[in-house]
Amino acid sequence: MKYLNRKAGTLAIAIFSASLLSGCGGSSDNDNVSINDTMSYDITVINLTSNQPLSPLAVQLHSSEYSAWKIGDPASENLEILAEAGDNSSLLNAQSANVYSGVSGAGAIAPGVSDMLSIEANVNSDMKLTLISMLVNTNDAFIGKTGVDLSGLVVGETVKYSLPIYDSGTEANSELEGTIPGPADGGEGFNMARDDVDYVARHPGVVGMDQGYSESVLNSTHGFDSPAAVLKITRTE
Amino acid sequence: MKTQFLLSILPLSLASAMAFSQSIDVEVTNLTHGMHFTPVLVSAHDSNTHLFSAGETATAALQAMAEGGNTAPLIAASAATVVNTDNIAAGLLAPSASSPVTAIETGDNTHLSIVAMMLPTNDGFIGLDGWEIPTEAGTYTILLNSYDAGTEINDEIIDTVNGGAEDGIPAAPGMDAGTGASGVTDMETNQTVHIHRGNTGDTSLTAGISDVDSRIHRWLNPVAKVVVTVK
Repeated sequence: MKYLNRKAGTLAIAIFSASLLSGCGGSSDNDNVSINDTMSYDITVINLTSNQPLSPLAVQLHSSEYSAWKIGDPASENLEILAEAGDNSSLLNAQSANVYSGVSGAGAIAPGVSDMLSIEANVNSDMKLTLISMLVNTNDAFIGKTGVDLSGLVVGETVKYSLPIYDSGTEANSELEGTIPGPADGGEGFNMARDDVDYVARHPGVVGMDQGYSESVLNSTHGFDSPAAVLKITRTE
Repeated sequence: MKTQFLLSILPLSLASAMAFSQSIDVEVTNLTHGMHFTPVLVSAHDSNTHLFSAGETATAALQAMAEGGNTAPLIAASAATVVNTDNIAAGLLAPSASSPVTAIETGDNTHLSIVAMMLPTNDGFIGLDGWEIPTEAGTYTILLNSYDAGTEINDEIIDTVNGGAEDGIPAAPGMDAGTGASGVTDMETNQTVHIHRGNTGDTSLTAGISDVDSRIHRWLNPVAKVVVTVK
């Protein structure tokens, strides 16, 4: 049940060199360029699923050099841990010069419930956002967006995205007892063995015992379709 | 300032001169976890042409593509002005794989359509129907849904003997499907082109109602991503 109790925490990685570089960019029509301008965003996620609690959100602000996953590529171990166990700590604690800041949601988000958090970074340009959360009643499904461009967002402006469901490809979608960490099973979270296709793709959906897969611990209430959640991003500063 | 003004109108005049002879790059990504696509056909054509039309009965050429992955009849049925670029992935497009970025000269054609059969299905295919190619240079992303041609009962029985030409699924390229299924259904209730309801599948490799695996051969829309770069 590790996913239920993640503490909110902010990683403020100050990238002074990057700020200096963008400050020297010579963009004469931009009077706002100065070192250590703070860009702040309110992040809201609404869980639209029937019976899939979402693990605590992992939100990162980063440069265009960073991507949390790519369709067709193997998942990173940090993504695997999040997608199999709902544990975002490894992903958020990983040090990267391309990641400006990272924030965890306060806790799991029940179906029909929303969560809100704030994140900020001292960067003037090349502002991208990544958000990830596990559907905890699955083997390794997650929702998210990576590389959302916020560079053009002005203070007070809101953008909205429908979030699709991905499969980390690191654990077979067996749906068997003992393999799913969420309340449907209370089973295992992260297991470093990779017994699936080992590439990230869109999730095929779950089957469940009501669809004739009698060994499954899931039932029809655990089914989902895209979008599984709505993401709202508002720039506040 | 006069020089700058002259320079700024130059690209505009070039753009209007080239408005009906565009160079585009097309890349198709299979977004699914476990479904293969047969050779992908990209077709540039006018606003009145359709490879398929949702809500209408499939043509025999579309049926051949959707049931057996054969794009030749669709190409043969095309008007002479249509620019067909077939098989852009040089064979099957595997789950999560992307085709090479493929350069296409559209000629006078203003719209783009894309089809490929999904395996293993009876007559499921990915479809883009008559997307208007933007005249403004840039990169455009389109997400494609899965369609059912409505021409074959979705019994989900793999029948390599007939190659899918009649009933049955011609192949499961992932070699992860079963045999000996009794058949999911014997009805095709909507016999027009419609959004595919998905595979049912089962978890038996030797019996059950379906030869496809419900844990592997299912999908949610969208199933493909197309990135078009207008140059």
